[in-house]
Amino acid sequence: MKDDKWLYEITSKHKLLDLNLPEIWRYRDLLMLFVKRDIVTVYKQTILGPLWFLIQPLFTSVIFTLVFNNLGNITTGSVPPFLFNLAGITAWNYFKDCLTGTSTTFTKNQNIFGKVYFPRAIMPLSVTISNLLKFGIQLFIFIAFYLYYASAGALLSPNKLLFLFPIYLIMMGMLGLGLGMILSAWTTKYRDLTILLTFAVQLLMYLSAVPYPVAEAVKKFPPYVANFVVYNPMTQIIEGFRFMLLNDGTFTWFGFTYTLVISIVIFIVGLLIFNKTEKNFIDTV
Amino acid sequence: MGVILKAENVSKQYRLGLVGTGTLSHDLNRFWARIRGKEDPYLKVGAVNDRATKAESEYVWALKDINFEVQQGEILGIIGKNGAGKSTLLKLLSRVTGPTTGTIKTKGTIASLLEVGTGFHPELTGRENVYLNGAILGMRKAEIATKLDEIIEFSGCEKYIDTPVKRYSSGMRVRLAFAVAAHLEPDILVIDEVLAVGDAEFQKKAIGKMQDISQGEGRTVLFVSHNMAAVKSLCTRAILIENGEITYSGNVEKVLQKYYGFEKNQFLVESFSSDKDIYFNSVTINDNSNVSKSIYNYEEDINLNISIEINKIQENSALFVLIMNDDGIRVFSAETPLNEFKNNYILKINGGFLSKGNYKVDLYLHIPLIKRFDSLIDVLFFKVFDTSSEFTKHKDFNHGLVFGNYTWIK
Repeated sequence: MKDDKWLYEITSKHKLLDLNLPEIWRYRDLLMLFVKRDIVTVYKQTILGPLWFLIQPLFTSVIFTLVFNNLGNITTGSVPPFLFNLAGITAWNYFKDCLTGTSTTFTKNQNIFGKVYFPRAIMPLSVTISNLLKFGIQLFIFIAFYLYYASAGALLSPNKLLFLFPIYLIMMGMLGLGLGMILSAWTTKYRDLTILLTFAVQLLMYLSAVPYPVAEAVKKFPPYVANFVVYNPMTQIIEGFRFMLLNDGTFTWFGFTYTLVISIVIFIVGLLIFNKTEKNFIDTV
Repeated sequence: MGVILKAENVSKQYRLGLVGTGTLSHDLNRFWARIRGKEDPYLKVGAVNDRATKAESEYVWALKDINFEVQQGEILGIIGKNGAGKSTLLKLLSRVTGPTTGTIKTKGTIASLLEVGTGFHPELTGRENVYLNGAILGMRKAEIATKLDEIIEFSGCEKYIDTPVKRYSSGMRVRLAFAVAAHLEPDILVIDEVLAVGDAEFQKKAIGKMQDISQGEGRTVLFVSHNMAAVKSLCTRAILIENGEITYSGNVEKVLQKYYGFEKNQFLVESFSSDKDIYFNSVTINDNSNVSKSIYNYEEDINLNISIEINKIQENSALFVLIMNDDGIRVFSAETPLNEFKNNYILKINGGFLSKGNYKVDLYLHIPLIKRFDSLIDVLFFKVFDTSSEFTKHKDFNHGLVFGNYTWIK
């Protein structure tokens, strides 16, 4: 062996673009085991178990329907308000879980991160994937209600743009993961952000057109708020979701492209920041 | 064979006090320096890592300019007092955190042995945790599956393997964690103080396994421990870290002697702490012809001449002497009551009692369990050699701490 043939170096200098993708690939089994762990252990020693995955969106939809549609007189066209809300909440939940789950990556795992090295990106990735499973279950219950309403005579049909569904899903994942990774870098040092995030996400939901159609927002909100709602990438995604599944609301290719670009940019920025943080976070956590 | 790991000028700086609050201004300062292309302004300051003295600066060098090389197949012991920087070094090696300056280069993969089941999820069963822990340490799932039976057998937790780990005793967790790590196949295995928890039987098993790993399979082990007996029996070479710097490296015996201060061979101590009620004046180690020296044949008598000063005597005051060897094992103690009119005490250690080795003498003036007047610790040392006893034909065989007090009945 020659002296300069080193496998790798541990140095104080970091390259900006040092994502080490082959290493992440090498640890893919760990990724799947973390996903399994997340799913299996969440509802250990609970009576209802995975049913909790369903209860939360259903009840939220019921409350939203009561408050916004019955009390607030928001109309949802030919779509039953409950189904309208369920679609929005299902999509929003996935984004929210990815965001909050990844934003505390470093603080939550400091014990294990402080003892052993593996590519840190495995953690947020596993959160995104295990939430995908949760999303799948919630989507399933949505489809069940969809069929129920359809058989009860509601005018429901998916839009022909349904083939964009996976892309929307990926956009949501990238947004949640990207934002989460950006925030994770800051929550290690400044815990304020964790507290801020829990209610900021709550508030953001109301500005992402979850319980109302975008058209209503444009009509009734002051213009700058309406603009915020319209150009909020999550609004585009939620609205796009409902458009695909319920053929309700608006869809523009401009909005779609705009959201796609923003998601990719945020994801890449998140990855870079995360990558920089993982090197030394254990000293400041 | 050849160098498998090389550390060059590795340093690690930490900030003292509360990290997190008040760092915003430092962060901004650093950021400002960086965009101007200047050096980190806080790297210039930084005190030596000595936990006993008061800090002069907000920053401390936990490690400073560490240089060393590790050969393939070597078991390198890393020893030093608490807070000397051992664990920081291991953290850098296992890539948990990055060095502030310097480079560590390696030709092999490094895996570190987790402390008591970190990475175990309490709700998962032993078997599931073996998979999870193995994967965390870098094993592929298929690899773990082929070794699963071996791992479970080694851990000795067969009966509990399908029970959640939260029901395990701490000893069982360590056994399981060690079993997983021991079946890893990294080129370099880093082990930090893990054996302390297992019982004696398991410790023996673990040490045996580590020897197999390095000798049988040619892998390199870095071993950090305060258990000097384990270091001695396991390691082929050692480095001593003091205050964040490597002060000695080489032969394990030599490093251990240095660690305990035995290389000083000090046989004379004088102290003048006259403000105490009772205090040591001087202590010397002499042979029978009253010559002060530090090296003795095993048959020679060793005389500790202890001179004390008494300002105010209290009831039950006593002089206590403790003899330890260089493994830190206490060989024996001796005590005598103090007499107000007697300043000189002689303790004769009869020849033919201590076997060859390095010894340390700690002395105390005290009222047992109540009060300590004065003490002399880590300052007096002597050495016993043996070239003529009946045991010398066994060469380096360790025949015990002392020559026994026995007779063969004819």
